[in-house]
Formats: sequence, structure tokens, C-alpha cells
Amino acid sequence: MNITRQVLNCCKVIYPSSFFNSRGRFCTSQSTRMSRHTNSKRIEGLNKNVWVVFTAMTSDPSIVNLGQGKPDIPPPSYVKEALAKAASVDDLNQYTRGFGHPLLVKALSQVYGKVCGRQIDPFKEILVTVGGYGSLFSTIQGLVDEGDEVIIIEPFFDCYLPMVKMAGAKPVLIPLRVKSGKKTLTGADWFLDPNELASKFSSKTKAIILNTPNNPIGKVFTREELQMIADLCIKHDTLCISDEVYEWLVYKGHQHIKIATLPGMWDRTITIGSGGKTFSVTGWKLGWSIGPEHLIKHLQTVMQNSLYTCPTPLQEALAQGLLHNFDLMGQPECYFSSLSVELEVKRDRLAAVLQEVGMTPIIPEGGYFMLVDVTSLNQDLSHMADNDEAYDWKFVRWMIKEKKLAAIPVTAFVGDESKKQFEKYIRFCFIKQDSTLDAAEHILKNWGQI
Amino acid sequence: MSRHTHAKRIEGLDRNLWVVFAGMTSNPSIVSLAQGKPDIPPPSYVKEALAKAAAVDDLNQYTRGFGHPRLVKALSQVYGKVCGRQIDPFKEILVTVGAYGSLFNSMQGLVDEGDEVIIMEPYFDCYLPMVKMAGAKPVLIPLRVKSGKKPITSADWFLDPEELSSKFNSKTKAIILNTPNNPTGKVFTREELQTIADLCIKHDTLCISDEVYEWLVYKGRQHVKIATLPGMWERTITVSSGGKIFCATGWKIGWSIGPEHLIKHLQTITQNSTFMCATPLQEAMAESLLHNFELMDQPECFFTSFAEELKTKRDRLAAVLQEVGMTPIIPEGGFFMLVDVSSLNQDLSHTGDDGEAYDWKFVRWMIKEKKLASIPITNFVGDESKKMFEKYIRFCFFRKDSTLDAALDIFKNWNQS
Repeated sequence: MNITRQVLNCCKVIYPSSFFNSRGRFCTSQSTRMSRHTNSKRIEGLNKNVWVVFTAMTSDPSIVNLGQGKPDIPPPSYVKEALAKAASVDDLNQYTRGFGHPLLVKALSQVYGKVCGRQIDPFKEILVTVGGYGSLFSTIQGLVDEGDEVIIIEPFFDCYLPMVKMAGAKPVLIPLRVKSGKKTLTGADWFLDPNELASKFSSKTKAIILNTPNNPIGKVFTREELQMIADLCIKHDTLCISDEVYEWLVYKGHQHIKIATLPGMWDRTITIGSGGKTFSVTGWKLGWSIGPEHLIKHLQTVMQNSLYTCPTPLQEALAQGLLHNFDLMGQPECYFSSLSVELEVKRDRLAAVLQEVGMTPIIPEGGYFMLVDVTSLNQDLSHMADNDEAYDWKFVRWMIKEKKLAAIPVTAFVGDESKKQFEKYIRFCFIKQDSTLDAAEHILKNWGQI
Repeated sequence: MSRHTHAKRIEGLDRNLWVVFAGMTSNPSIVSLAQGKPDIPPPSYVKEALAKAAAVDDLNQYTRGFGHPRLVKALSQVYGKVCGRQIDPFKEILVTVGAYGSLFNSMQGLVDEGDEVIIMEPYFDCYLPMVKMAGAKPVLIPLRVKSGKKPITSADWFLDPEELSSKFNSKTKAIILNTPNNPTGKVFTREELQTIADLCIKHDTLCISDEVYEWLVYKGRQHVKIATLPGMWERTITVSSGGKIFCATGWKIGWSIGPEHLIKHLQTITQNSTFMCATPLQEAMAESLLHNFELMDQPECFFTSFAEELKTKRDRLAAVLQEVGMTPIIPEGGFFMLVDVSSLNQDLSHTGDDGEAYDWKFVRWMIKEKKLASIPITNFVGDESKKMFEKYIRFCFFRKDSTLDAALDIFKNWNQS
């Protein structure tokens, strides 16, 4: 007998039958009758979220927050001005084209046409969405069915897993592994084991989600690594969902390669980008999906039946920002390049200080996060409550409390089986202004004293 | 690539009226009273609020996922006053990407495969596909006109209580209510809402109440919130739209208000789909709401003054339509007007596709011959109700005076051209 029935039967013994309505539902009051109205099955177990928990943990303004990927550096002034200007134009405050504001999709077509070396149809091969998040959602909802399998590489941006589950599909995880025996680590020292990866593909595999540059490790997948993934996608006729929101943030000596440009991949790849990440305006929530018409049209159907359109003034302003930089592409003043030059300095500064303290940073090749191995600190946290909690969560909680410095625990980005492998890492965000990094540096330099 | 097709949940949901319509009305010489897209500007303080927010660095970065604090607090104040209850800004409100987003979150967060959802015809066209995408069954019930009567105001449309009652069963998850109604303009009375509420309570059903036109109610009518009826707060999600309130349809900021035990499931959807709405727009929306909250109940309050302005346009359009020989059904709310074109006796048997409903033929003919666009109604009803509604077309009068002038000229010369 199921648990619900047992409970109901038990209650029937205690309460007279008049307490039950026509459906045999137990009710002592109006509000108890609400018990049948619960979450839909598709979101079962998906209510917890690391960012909601984290925001509560870091609400104290005296905490130096290198946790969430929220820049405190200003966006370029011409980007803010473009929004202010759009706000004053009456028509730009009204509905625009559902699948993407014409000026914006044309700008995206220009920029990415140049980057990819192909003509991209702005109306059929591009969809504008509510952030990179919205592109991931439209892609998964539009293409992934119940019972499908989707391969996710650990550590992963936390939304991939719940989105796959919400589509009724099964996440199949594969961890990035680190070359053993190396002292100084970079994102390049993390790799996918080719045999292990091949073993994850099956006839049920609908797609693999790729994130390059990778959050949180900062790995920039090489052409060879992408080719290995592409070969498997082609062999198994699988789709590739390529999250490339950090595509412009690649540091010296590395190059961002789009898997969609590899032979045989354009027709099976959705490439996702983010205006918020590109222009340091995370609050604008505009992203895009680019791919072949036969796939993009299904994302457009999801859009048409969920949100209908994205905000007009933001799209206009984003278009202006893209066109401004399209003209400068390849030159040092282009924001697509200048931001990564600015961030590389911050990256190196943070890495140096962390090394001085005795932590082991993994130098990222791209993105604005840095994974840090805290084992060498030998911080004893066995006294902390909840012994089941992974070490990185304990460490982060302790660091927030004792050092007033926040980072993100990396096991939030992996499945249960990989938690032991990753619990010695925490993630710092370095897209922060100098005063924030100064404050962090001060805390780190005085680590032993406080 | 043939094995990679759409997911089953969007089977058959790819066609869309508005995309078809955009194609039909792309010629700029056509006077369009079709789409609910105003050519009237938002109030200047609304535009200025966005320009001001754009200049503040922090307002261009992430804010709270379920709604920018300043905005949810402003909504809590405005609707707390309207509903006469304390509304928790963090637990009982969710900001979404337009009212569309609220409808989507409600459906995805609460409706399961195999559930039934009652939809009244004519309905805003997205309700049906959203119910289907959730794997649920839409159960339709038409608004009817008292027999023997030719409708002349939207109050002449009613729901047959017995017919409505017959649509509820143990699988009914929710009923979608839209008041003021698009496209009829009907404003449901307290008694009518009570009939719906009684059924919701009897069958323990949810109510998703789309009230985006809540402030656009004309003299003699009052917008009543079904959530304020006894026993309804705990089972109602009330949806509204900043874009409609402030003539800024391109902002796509809407909200859902309801009890925590339901809103939390809509929040879970946000957390797993878009995560957040745009910060600068939410800040500017908060400013605009607070500006008018101060003025509530005064004539300068935009919530009131805007309705006054639209009423004049409504009356003007209705008068000219009557002169032409069409029968407008005067809306009690909203900015759309249904018009019965049967009295024109326009013979269209020679046109188009035989299977096509009369309103589509009429609209196509009117666009071609009169260079005037409106929306055919049968897209807002199910197949069984098409015959009942094919004599109606929908005009939007949320237009600046010069656009209405151009439309009125076409009407005045109707019989000449």
C-alpha cells in the first residue's frame, strides 16, 4: 500500500468521515484541501538552487564576494548610452519581432558570419532568448524528449542538470579528469578520457552539452578535443549543444574554437552566446542560439509558446554594441579583445596571491572563474555541523564566516558520484574591480593571522 | 538529420497567427487596427526611468531571480491596496517575461500530463498551445449571446452556468479566466465570478486569472479580482502586465501574484528556464508603479487617465462603424472591439479557399480592397465554435489619433471604393 494511502487510512481512524470531501481527501480547513495542488511532475525535486542558498549566505555587505559571476566593473559606456537612447524612442518600447529584433539578428549574423566563415541567415538560423539560460531552455525543450539521454561534462554549469531532468530526459555524466603528478595546474590539465567518453554514447543519446570556455574550470577545449567529441556526435548521430557564453574571454596563447565549424557539425550543433557576458551587462538577460534552420525552428516554436519575444530596448542597444565592435574586430580597441586583456591581469594577480597563501589555483585559459584546490591548507573542519556535507561546502561556509570572503563550492556543479573527486576545489570569480580584488588580497595575505 | 526533429511536447504547435499576420500586413500603406501593439508612446516618466536605470552600473547586473526587490515591493504595495490584503513581495509574487511568461510558468509549474484545463472561447491564442505543451487537455466553453438578441455590448456575452458546470470533472486542474476579456472586451461581474468560484471550490480546481487589462475598464464597470472572493486566494494565480499598463509592450515585464504554496512552483520554473528578468527594466517598472501608487484614486493616476483616453477612442470608432453598417460590440474593458460584419452582406464566396472561415476571407478581402487590417476571430476559438464566431472581426483602438483618422476615412468611404 503506498504511503499516501497509509496516511489517509490512519487519519480516517482519528477523524470522522465528514472531514473528507467527495474525493476522499482529508481536509480540516480550506488550506489543507490545497494539498492536491502541488508541483507538476516535471519539476519534481528541482526546487533547490545553489544561487538562492548562496545569496542568503552572502547577504552581509561586509563579505568580499568572489562567488557569483556578477561583475562589479562597469559596462562600456557606449552600451549604457545605447540603452538610454533606445528608451527615448517610442517604437523601441513596443513589441518587436518574436524570434529576435531585426537590427540585432542582423548584427549577430554579421559578427558570427565573420567568426564562423559562413553566411548565417539572421531570420532562420538565429533565435534571441532570455540570456544564455533561455537558449539552453529553448534548446532542451524544443529538441529533447522524455527517455532521451543527454551527456553532461562535470563540472557543469548548474542549470544543465535540472533542465535535462525537466525535459524528462536522463543526464549521463562524465567528469573532466586531471593529469596526475603535476604541480602547477592550468585548465589545459583537465581532460576527457576518450574511452570513457565513447562509453557514454548510446542509441538513446540525444545530445551532448559542451561548455567552452568551461565554467568553472576555465578550460578552453582544443581543436583535437573538439574533434574527438565531433567524431562521436557524427558516429552516433547526436546533437551538440555548445554553450560558448565566455567565447571572447580567452587568454594569451589560447584560441576559442567553435565546434559548429568542424566538418559535419554545423547541421547538428546549437551554439549559444550571451550579450550579458559579452558586454559585462549580466542584468540584460539577452542571449542567442545559432544553428541550422531545421533545429533552430524548434527552438523558435518553444519561444512562441513560452515568452513570445524578448524586450525591445535591450535588443536595440545590444545590436548597437555589437555593430560598434564589429567595425573594430581584430583591433585592440575591440571590446571582444580588450576585456580579456583586462581580465588576464586580474587573473594573474589573484593566482599569485592564492599561491602565496598556500592554495593551489588552476589557472584558467578562458572565462572569469578560477578553480582553487584548498587541500594544502589542511584546514580542519571536522567540528562543523552536518558531517555529510562535502568538504568544499564546509570550507566555503567557514571561509565566509571566519574570513568574510566568499567563493562557490564546486561540488554544486557535479553529480553525486564525482563529489569526492571535486570536494577539494572552490571557485573564485575575478571579474571584479580593483578595490574588490584589493580587499580579497588583504584577507588572503592575512590568512594565517586572522 | 532526419532523426532530429522536434520534441513531442511541441508537436503541432509551430503555426502562429501573428507570424502569418505580419506577412499579410507588411505593406506600410495598410492601416492596421490588428495587433495589440500601440503606436501611442509610453508616459515620458516611464521612458526616463529606463534611461536613468541604464546609467547605473549595478542596475545592469544580475538582480534577484524571482523579481527585483524594488519591483516586487512596489507590486506588493499596489496590489496589497487593490486586494485589501498583505501580499508578501518575496513569496507571493513572481516577476516574469511579460504576462506570457506568467501563463507559461503557471502551466509548466502546476499542470500535468493528463490534466484538463478549461478555456473560455474566444481566448487569447497562446492559452491553447500552452495547455497542450504541458501535455494537458484543453476543454473549451464558448461565451454565448442571449438568444434572439444581437449583441451590442460585451455585457451581452455570458457563460451558461449549466454548460460551465458540465465542463468540470475530477481531472480538471484549472480554469483560465481572462477579465477584461480579449477579444470581446467583456468585464466579468461579481456574480459571474462567483459562479466560476463556486465551481472551483466545489471541484478543488485552480484558477489562472489573466487580468492584463485590469486598469482599462470603462465608466459604469468595475474590475473585480476573482482572487478576492472567499475561498479563492488559495487557489488563484493572478497574472498581469507592466507592458499593458504603461503602453510599453516591448518591455516584457509581467507578474504572477498568489499564495506561496502555488507561487513557489512558478518560481521553480523560472529558476530552471530563464533564471531572471532584466534588471534595468524592472527598476524602471518599479519607478513607474510607485509614481502612480502615490496618485492612486486621483484623476492624474495613469491607471485611470489612460482608460479615459481610450474610452474616447472606443466611442469614436464605434460610431463610425455603426454608420458604415457594421455592428460593433462595445467593449466594457480592454482595447479591442469585436465587430459583427454580417450585416454588410459582403459576398466572398468567390474568394480564397472554400474551407476557410468567413472572418478570414473578410479580413483578407478588407486588407486587399480597403487597405485596412483587423484580426479574424476564429483563431481564438476551437473548431466546434468556428461557425458561431466567423461573423466577427477584432479591431484594436489603442492607436494614436492620426491612425484612427486614417481608419475612419476608409470607413467613411466604404461604399465608394
